[in-house]
Amino acid sequence: MRRRVAVTINGTKHEHEVEPRLLLVQYIRDVVGLTGTHVGCDTSNCGACTVELDGHSVKSCTVFAVQADGAQVTTIEGLAQGTTLHPLQQAFWDEHGLQCGFCTPGMIMAARQLLARNPNPSEQEIRVGLEGNLCRCTGYHNIVKSIQAAAKVMAPGAERKAPAPVS
Amino acid sequence: MAISQMVGASIKRREDPRLVTGTGSYVDDIPQTAVVHMHVIRSSEAHARILGIETGRAKEADGVIAILTGKDLKPEFGAPLPVTVCFVPDKKYPNHYPIAIDKVHYVGEPVAIVLATSRAAAEDAGERIEVKYQSLPAVLDIEKAIEKGAPILHEELGSNLSYDVKFAAGDMDAALKEADVTIKQRLIQQRLIPIAIEPRGVLADFKTFSNKLTVWSSTQIPHFVKVWLAVILGIPESNVRVVAPEVGGGFGSKIRVYPEEILTALASRRLGRPVKWIEDRNENVKATHHGRDQIWDVEIAAKKDGTVLGIRPTQWLNLGGYCSQFGTFQVLGMLVAQGAYKMKAFDGRAVGVFTNTTPTDAYRGAGRPEATYLIERVMDLVARETGIDPVEVRRKNFVRVEDQPFTTLLGLTYDSGDYTTTLNKALEMVDYKALRREQAEKRKQGKYLGIGLSTYIEICGLGPAAATQAAVGVSLWGMSVVNVHFTGKATVIIGSSPHGQGHETTYAQVASDVLGIPVEDIDVQHGDTAIGPMGMDTYGSRSTALDGNAVHVSATKVQEKARKIAAHLLEAAEGDVVYENGKAFVKGTPSKAVTIQEIAVAAFQTSRLPKGMEGGLEATTFFDPTNFVWPFGAHICVVEIDAETGATRILRYVAVDDCGTRINPMVVDGQLHGGIAQGIGQALFEEAVYDEAGQLRTGSLVDYLVPTASDLPSFELAATITPSPVNPLGTKGIGEAGTIASTPAVMNAIVDALEPFGVKDVSMPATPQKVWALMHRNGGTKR
Ligand code: FES
Ligand code: FES
Repeated sequence: MRRRVAVTINGTKHEHEVEPRLLLVQYIRDVVGLTGTHVGCDTSNCGACTVELDGHSVKSCTVFAVQADGAQVTTIEGLAQGTTLHPLQQAFWDEHGLQCGFCTPGMIMAARQLLARNPNPSEQEIRVGLEGNLCRCTGYHNIVKSIQAAAKVMAPGAERKAPAPVS
Repeated sequence: MAISQMVGASIKRREDPRLVTGTGSYVDDIPQTAVVHMHVIRSSEAHARILGIETGRAKEADGVIAILTGKDLKPEFGAPLPVTVCFVPDKKYPNHYPIAIDKVHYVGEPVAIVLATSRAAAEDAGERIEVKYQSLPAVLDIEKAIEKGAPILHEELGSNLSYDVKFAAGDMDAALKEADVTIKQRLIQQRLIPIAIEPRGVLADFKTFSNKLTVWSSTQIPHFVKVWLAVILGIPESNVRVVAPEVGGGFGSKIRVYPEEILTALASRRLGRPVKWIEDRNENVKATHHGRDQIWDVEIAAKKDGTVLGIRPTQWLNLGGYCSQFGTFQVLGMLVAQGAYKMKAFDGRAVGVFTNTTPTDAYRGAGRPEATYLIERVMDLVARETGIDPVEVRRKNFVRVEDQPFTTLLGLTYDSGDYTTTLNKALEMVDYKALRREQAEKRKQGKYLGIGLSTYIEICGLGPAAATQAAVGVSLWGMSVVNVHFTGKATVIIGSSPHGQGHETTYAQVASDVLGIPVEDIDVQHGDTAIGPMGMDTYGSRSTALDGNAVHVSATKVQEKARKIAAHLLEAAEGDVVYENGKAFVKGTPSKAVTIQEIAVAAFQTSRLPKGMEGGLEATTFFDPTNFVWPFGAHICVVEIDAETGATRILRYVAVDDCGTRINPMVVDGQLHGGIAQGIGQALFEEAVYDEAGQLRTGSLVDYLVPTASDLPSFELAATITPSPVNPLGTKGIGEAGTIASTPAVMNAIVDALEPFGVKDVSMPATPQKVWALMHRNGGTKR
């Protein structure tokens, strides 16, 4: 019954035999061992499990691992370059866009997609774009600010001042 | 205090790099080999006797290691789950075990556990377990539960009434006689589900041959859990270690010793293997406690000039199926319902009732949101009845600066507070007069703008120890250890247990100022009972007022010892040596200083110390303040109601808060944002609903609506700073203030918007359907 899947996660190819019912999020967390992708619900509502699958952001609790066979997946662990944070990670840090941090990986992955589609979103566009991701700590205020700040840095033509490494 | 550099600085949080990269470790992220997965079989019945549990077929399922029921585990419980006094010493309550033995009292109560090699195997086997119930009639409603003939949950108590107590002072009857205006109003605090985005989870590892237990739990209270694991399991407390790793939010919902913490530990002891349980959301909404669920009936005596003479509130609290550990903490609402106002009489009554629902316990604010909702609605009800502006009614009744420290009718003393200034500032920010004009204009165009105020006060910072011992049943204080290492870097250990509040950053700021050691050279550790003597953990906006000050006091003790060592090294008289910015020198000669690094080396090269002085540069503090702290502020919410749909849109949300000294203003604002959002959630969206059989109808995030980004506005914040006189840093608390303040601000705004329709009160949540119906109850005609 087990099926063989090959999934490239953050540039590294993984191959495993998995049960067909295994969710992608369980594959990423429990089989591959990347625990930055979180699980906050069982109804596709919270967005804590958001990852990028072949260029689209998906809720990885809603995708079976076997569906990702042959796919390219990016998780939160794939964003920083060495110790240099991705501009969104940096902006969430700078703008206090997180408290407990549990929603944060999913939030950042969703924001990344949002900015890919709309590099210069208005506040309202950001708020609507985040409807699929719940945060119970921040009231979203600083999450919106973080995404606005990141949008400035990431905008095409913006002077690319690489953020300093964390340590 | 030395010239402060770090306290007051919005430095970025050191917690964040690991969290934004997904490299923090929550319970479910902790690597553990050979782990056994626990799945909890929960009652599908609200009220029933367990006739039998058929586990035979399940035991044969793949991967199953053991299946245990309440009957199997009963002999291993050295004590039931704890219940604390929490303002009601004489309440009646039943023994509550981590798993039902012969009767269930709410849907979601544990009845059996399956232990298997994987979570999927445990859940599959669980499907094969048959629990035979004899259904009993369920009672869900507070008032019905105490009617004659109601089904009784706990026969041994004789009824569903846990307590019925008075909190009264002054002559309410006289106040009513003197009143020009009397008003009666029922205010409902609907049941809420806390929904921390990380559900709970526990990993327990019992080592058989050393009789030692380590438990990782997504909890706000690792120290409490340690004590009770020891008591309930009969393991020496010294052999129990509890770790709260990264914790994904709490909001009060992780402030209890929970059944699953006991069950995983017991299972691990039986199997000699680590046992893990991760709550899923579907369980979380039933198995993690709920909040609020109260009815408040109030009678108000006021004069026609807006003076409130007295109030007579009754709080009916739905405790749920059991009395939870801090289940009656909500009664605190009664003690602080006088709010920011003077009055002559307060005649309170608090009643607690059992029903066949998930137990209720602390949820962000725990009693204070309810009290604030009451008193802030009272102010608006009086305003409406007397025709006086709600701002003026508040001004008329405010406790003034010159009345501070003010003692309430029930005998609590406010530490400080200037309510007029925060109100004025908030009014200025919204341009209140212009807003009222705009409102009048818009009404003419059939647009309904509403302006709502909330001039709240709150009590937090629990201790002091003696007062909390008497009132809550636990001596609450703050704890810290400050230890300067050989190289002059420092470790700070704290007794609070943050889960998003940023203590690692803010407490380093506190210690840095006292010791003159750069913040980045100070590490703050928490959430592990093995690293410090004891802690009272994090809830009730207490950490900074208690543990934050404990850090300050320990650092000051260390500084004092450093100064003594320096005097010896400088061969100067102790009295002549001063310590500033990490250096000690003889007054007037700062050029000949010894640094903290040099002092630290001497502290460990003990032969260089003054005669009789012990080595090391370390201090421990159990900080006990002289009073509670009382933050306050003024929030103003501006809403517009869509006349077509009844939907409420928040146009502006302005908050002026005073929480005393702000160690890190950025973090304080963040706490406010989240708090305000949660209070808005109660006002507009959230409500746990049961059907008549006691099944939770809002059992997922599809049905239970927590606010999303598009439901909320950006918030406009400002501050006044009135340092608390009861602790050296002058800090108060801010974790719950936003939630306490915002619900009444929003509801007052909605009622205000609906004034043309003669609406005097709207029950929460103010859903579009409900509001639309109120606008159309007279066929849509206005008053
Ligand atoms: S865990 Fe995937 S949406 Fe909640
Ligand atoms: S930071 Fe805690 S849920 Fe978003």
